[in-house]
Formats: sequence, C-alpha cells, structure tokens
Amino acid sequence: MTETQGTDINIGEIVLHHTSDAYAIDFEPFGTISWHKWPDVHLGSLTLNLTPTKHVVFMILAAVLVLLVMWITKRGLIKQRAHQQAPTGFAGFMEQMVLWVRDDIAIANIGENGKKFAPFIVALFFFVLFMNLLGLLPWGATATGNLAVTGALALMVFVVVEIGGFLKLGPKGYLGTIFPHFEGVGGVGGAVLTVAMAPIEILSKLVKPFALAVRLFGNMTAGHFVVLSLAGIILFFGNWLIGIPTAVVIALIYLLETLVAGLQAYVFALLASTFIGLMQTEHH
Amino acid sequence: MLNMLALLQEGAASAASGYALLGAGIGIGLAILGAGLGLGRIGGSIADGIARQPEAAKEIAQGPFIIAILLEGATIIALVFALLFKLL
Repeated sequence: MTETQGTDINIGEIVLHHTSDAYAIDFEPFGTISWHKWPDVHLGSLTLNLTPTKHVVFMILAAVLVLLVMWITKRGLIKQRAHQQAPTGFAGFMEQMVLWVRDDIAIANIGENGKKFAPFIVALFFFVLFMNLLGLLPWGATATGNLAVTGALALMVFVVVEIGGFLKLGPKGYLGTIFPHFEGVGGVGGAVLTVAMAPIEILSKLVKPFALAVRLFGNMTAGHFVVLSLAGIILFFGNWLIGIPTAVVIALIYLLETLVAGLQAYVFALLASTFIGLMQTEHH
Repeated sequence: MLNMLALLQEGAASAASGYALLGAGIGIGLAILGAGLGLGRIGGSIADGIARQPEAAKEIAQGPFIIAILLEGATIIALVFALLFKLL
C-alpha cells in the first residue's frame, strides 16, 4: 500500500472540534470569527461566565428565525382572512404545521387543558426543530448538541409539568403524586407501601426530564459524530478510491440526519406533552 | 500497512487507557444489541396486530411508537455514557 497522505490528520480532534462549543465561529476556508472571554460577573459568592459562545449565537439565530417565520405567517394570514380567502402559500403551510402541533401533539396528549399549554408546546417544537436544522447547514453548529442547552429545555419542561400539576391538583393532590395512594391496600400496610414508593416517585419525576435532555443531545451529537468521522476518513486516506464512496455514504447519512432532526423535535414535544398530560389527570 | 496500525494505536492510547476504550466499545455493542432486539420485537408485534385486524392498522401502530421512542432514548443514554468513558 502506498504511504498514506495526511498522516497528521487527527480524526478525533476534527470530530471534537466541530461538535463542541467554543468562543469562535468557523467559516473554514474563509476564516474564523473569534472573541475573547468576557470578564466574570460576580453575584455575591457566585461567579458567572456570561460570554456568548458558538452555540449561544446559534440559539439566538434559531429564536430570531422562529420569530421571523411566525411573524410572516401572521401577516399573511391576516391579509388572507381580510379577503375571505382560505389560507394558501407559505402562511397556509405554516398554519397547518402549527395546527398539527397544537392538535395532534398538545391537545391529544394533555386532554382538556391542552389549549392552555399549546403555546408552550408549539414554541418548544419549533425552537428545537430550528436548532436541529441549523446544525445541518454549511458552517452551522447544532445548539442542541450541547448538553447544557438540552438540559435547560428539559428543566423548563420539568418546571411546567410540576407547577402545572400543582396548580391543577392543589397541594394535597400534588402530594398524592409523590405519596401514591393505593386502593384496596388498607391501614398500616398501605401506609408503609406509600412511604416506600415515595423515593421511587420522586426519582421518576427527575429521571423523565433527564432522559429528555440526554435523548435529544445524544441523537443530535451522534449523527454529527458519524458524518465528521467519515469526513475525517476521507481526509486521512486522501485518495479518490476511498474518497468517492465515502462521500456518497456521507450524503445518505446526511439525509437520515435531516429525518432525525425533525423526528427528535417531534419526540421532544410529544414527550413534554405526555408528561404534562400525565400530571394533569393524576387524581384517581 | 503496519505503520497505519501503529498510527491507529497511538491515536487510541492518547485518549484514555486501553481498558476504558475496551469497556466503551463493549458497552456500545451491548446497547445496540438491546435496542435491535427490543425494536425488532415491537415491529413484529405491530405486524402481528395489523395482520389480525387490518382495519385498526392506524391505532395499532400509534401505541408502540412511543415505546419505541423511549427504548431509543434509553439506547442513546447508554451510548452517551460510553462516550463519557472514552473521554474521561
């Protein structure tokens, strides 16, 4: 075998560099925009590092894009309704998507309170979808490929689920979700069982958002790992015989990635509404 | 050929000890094995259900969808922890 070119290509470094966070945005052949760490903010004994990073920039970009898309949809729909037209075009398409999320994800899983939680679920779905898709564009970074970002989203879902349950069930009902009451098991045995189940119930409240966060993070990061590793293989071997089939494989996996991006946004919204729904109907 | 093997080994040894990498690799394999078996069984049950009652095809496929998602989530969590072993 001829000597391999590019033996200074470190595939691990390529993969880690493109998936992790940094104080820089790379536009590879054209240069890099980088900035320095901002001075730490001290709140009492707490030291905060508030420097925006690459993932923060892409989160803001995704939020601005969602706002823009929904704004354009609103303007289009107002104009179409003023003329007594059925929704068509881009506004019609976006209205159909929002109604699909509201009806088939939020209201179907939450029940009669669905309409109150629908704005949260719709915002969650489109924010996660746009973050996932932005990572697939050239020079894009996946903000959801950061455990802190998905952790923050899961924390918001946790807060909504618990506070929603507390407001719906009242304090006594909410305690009933931690200390479950079993019908038909009376007296002392029932009390012992209830107290024994309490840690399991608390654990289950905490594990569900944790799984949400890690599921979204893992799915997004794993796809990028595969694509970047294959790209690293092309660079490592540096000849056409290996490069062209690998490039075809990369293209196919990229299509799968797009599917996974949409699917994971759907799954996140679906599970968030399922958890909210479970809490709302908890009274036996 | 031999120098390529040496390069791969040098890349591997720089990450973590060899046993950590072995553990991560076996963990990934087992996680995928579990996912494959589980999802295969879900697919088979869906197919059996639809074969028994073709009119209810839509409802039959909807229930296991969530279970497949949860199973996939568990697999991804296992893979993320295996990645953690390689990086630490």
